[in-house]
Amino acid sequence: MKNLPEAVAVGFAAFLALLAAAFAKDSLFQAHAFILMLVLLISSVFLIRRVKIASPGEVLMPADTSGYMDEVVRYGVIATTFWGIVGFLIGVLAASQLAWPDLNIEPWFNFGRLRPLHTSAVIFAFGGNALLATSFYVVQRTSRARLWGGNLAWFVFWGYQLFIVMAATGYLLGITQSREYAEPEWYVDLWLTVVWLAYLAVYLGTIIRRKEPHIYVANWFFLSFIVTVAMLHVVNNLAIPVSFLGVKSYSAFSGVQDALTQWWYGHNAVGFFLTAGFLGMMYYFIPKQAERPVYSYRLSIVHFWGLIFLYIWAGPHHLHYTALPDWAQTLGMVFSIMLWMPSWGGMINGLMTLSGAWDKLRTDPILRMMVISVAFYGMATFEGPMMSIKAVNSLSHYTDWTIGHVHSGALGWNGLITFGAIYYLVPKLWNRTQLYSLRLVNWHFWLATLGIVVYAAVMWVAGIQQGLMWREYDDQGYLVYAFVESVAAMHPYYVVRTIGGLLFLAGALVMAYNIYRTIRGDIRKEAPMGAAKPYLAPAE
Amino acid sequence: MSANDHNDDVREIDDFTGVETTGHEWDGIKELNNPMPRWWLWSFYLTIIFSIGYAIAYPSIPMITTSSQGLLGWSSRGAVATEMSEAKAAQSVYLDKLLTTDVSEISADADLNQFAIAGGKAAFKVNCVQCHGTGAAGSAGYPNLNDDDWIWGGTVDDIYVTLQHGIRHPGNDDTRISDMPAYGADEILNRDEIADVAWHIRKISNQGFDAAGAERGASVYADNCAACHGDNGEGIREVGAPRLSDALWLYGGEHSEIVAQIVKPKQGVMPAWEARLGEATTKQLATYVHSLGGGE
Repeated sequence: MKNLPEAVAVGFAAFLALLAAAFAKDSLFQAHAFILMLVLLISSVFLIRRVKIASPGEVLMPADTSGYMDEVVRYGVIATTFWGIVGFLIGVLAASQLAWPDLNIEPWFNFGRLRPLHTSAVIFAFGGNALLATSFYVVQRTSRARLWGGNLAWFVFWGYQLFIVMAATGYLLGITQSREYAEPEWYVDLWLTVVWLAYLAVYLGTIIRRKEPHIYVANWFFLSFIVTVAMLHVVNNLAIPVSFLGVKSYSAFSGVQDALTQWWYGHNAVGFFLTAGFLGMMYYFIPKQAERPVYSYRLSIVHFWGLIFLYIWAGPHHLHYTALPDWAQTLGMVFSIMLWMPSWGGMINGLMTLSGAWDKLRTDPILRMMVISVAFYGMATFEGPMMSIKAVNSLSHYTDWTIGHVHSGALGWNGLITFGAIYYLVPKLWNRTQLYSLRLVNWHFWLATLGIVVYAAVMWVAGIQQGLMWREYDDQGYLVYAFVESVAAMHPYYVVRTIGGLLFLAGALVMAYNIYRTIRGDIRKEAPMGAAKPYLAPAE
Repeated sequence: MSANDHNDDVREIDDFTGVETTGHEWDGIKELNNPMPRWWLWSFYLTIIFSIGYAIAYPSIPMITTSSQGLLGWSSRGAVATEMSEAKAAQSVYLDKLLTTDVSEISADADLNQFAIAGGKAAFKVNCVQCHGTGAAGSAGYPNLNDDDWIWGGTVDDIYVTLQHGIRHPGNDDTRISDMPAYGADEILNRDEIADVAWHIRKISNQGFDAAGAERGASVYADNCAACHGDNGEGIREVGAPRLSDALWLYGGEHSEIVAQIVKPKQGVMPAWEARLGEATTKQLATYVHSLGGGE
């Protein structure tokens, strides 16, 4: 009886969702419960169609569980690509709304709802799926063990997709607890907690069952990411719901304590989700793609512990010059400054791993993508500590400089390292000899890099101009510009920023096409990358 | 799974760099035993030393009710207070002078005038642009302040009084109030009379009109409107009755818009600013608005 218990459980959950809709205390909860019921109903139909019941005399063979569990990784790679494109598209839309406010379509598609949809789609849907897929792939190979827990890994994958769908539909309906990067309400948070603990169990179980004497550095980073995100998620979302059948909840914190909790969470979502987790990715895929040993084991130990210990204290730098007490602001700043070198340890280890393989950059656009991603990582982790210095922050805070900073990190570092990992994984996961086209990877590389440079550069200019306009005084000691004048001055930058985003999105579409053809088993007829041009022989 | 089953540490020398590996291997990945780069380590130490020094100089260690104050004695509240008092001190000569100078005398003192216009411009951008626009050109329902069409008077004294007490601002006894009757809603005039008088107003403002309607409307105008708006629609500022003959409209000059305004007049409101902004800033605003081009 394969899949029967799962099908029954999901069907029953759909029934519970129907009950929740029927007894809902508010119309938003009702709408959300109906969406949940619909998703679960469709899932149960799919599961029922896959139920296998043995006919008399037949023995159902259990699935082969001797090798690595790669099917879930394949799903993860496709989900990463899909959510990536969705997230980038919504980003382009939100950027267009800032440039042309008429594009705000009330109420579901106004900027206020699309903005969290964009950030959550790229961080948690795109980045999260990338981390799930690569961590499952990496932990199996570097531990020489199959994923622990049988179908628990599938629960993690589908449970996480359900979280994404509930979060995204909630934003569009206007359900939010207004905590940055943690907008979903209490019931979606609870579900994510369950999924995340299952993820931790699968991951730890696999490491415990490893057949290698040592735990590889990539797994330190992945594990620290999973553990810390669990802690951050639970503490930041401590809240008391008004009703168990309603959307609204009240945070356990208030005032400046609440602000600090939110930025303790927010900054470490950057630190452990987007930095530690992706460093785990970097530590596996760069040595593999470059076919070179990791540069320095000692550096990896020291920068790992430095990063883990220091990152968690840096959150207060988001609250400089606010009601947060001065002592907390000081500590937020100095911990951010001390974080600079531990962050750069990862960059050094990534870049120096290429010693002996630098020539490959000419012929291997995948490796080039990974290296540029590490370069963006280094740039963003220098810029971050710099912006945490109070004197700099007094200019940069609340301006588009911050937006430029996070995008050079997110598009450059997280985006490019993920694309590199996907290009590495797809031929291996689907047993293809090679990608459909390396030249298309090259196109993707240049589209993405150009997009990021345009985006980041224009936001630097915009942000610094904004900051200077806000503090411009005339000879008489009066402010020269009204706030709205600084908004109006941003229009050309916002237009160019949208173009940068479009370039990045175009690159991702090229990648989707490339991996689609690779999975189909096609190989494009093209001249190999870096092949010497045929020279005309001089006449004798 | 991997065919490589050797778990023992086998240290090798990497061909390219000549550096020893740690002997571990995972899925084909080895690690070199390079030392940490010196410059990296020293930079790390330097940031730690800087951080300790900074934490000694500035407030950093939390205690039960307060925190360490830091050797420099700096605090963000203290810094703001200092900056604010310095800014105030730099402006105090002129601010004091504004309080003792009659608003109509400000323009006679070139320096004071420049200061008043700068301050008025800054205050305008914060408080006035929401209704009157960044260029003070107004919009439907909000008067243009650049032209010479003044409802309550365009001398600097008039503007100052308007700013001080506002227009129809509840709770201010001296606020500017004009109260045009709702000729349609209160059934003072019938539908045809209102349509006719609106044609008459179109006529005296030199806009296209229906001749027969305008003729019939002339007597309606004389009986009902002329007392406030003047025989020829020139307006009377003392009662805040706008000029009708200049084709500049607060609520629109189409026949239907004029009719709507007669049936049930919209009556705009402006806050009494002096209670909010103080005398000096209000005088600055009056000087600035007067300087925009329409001042009398």
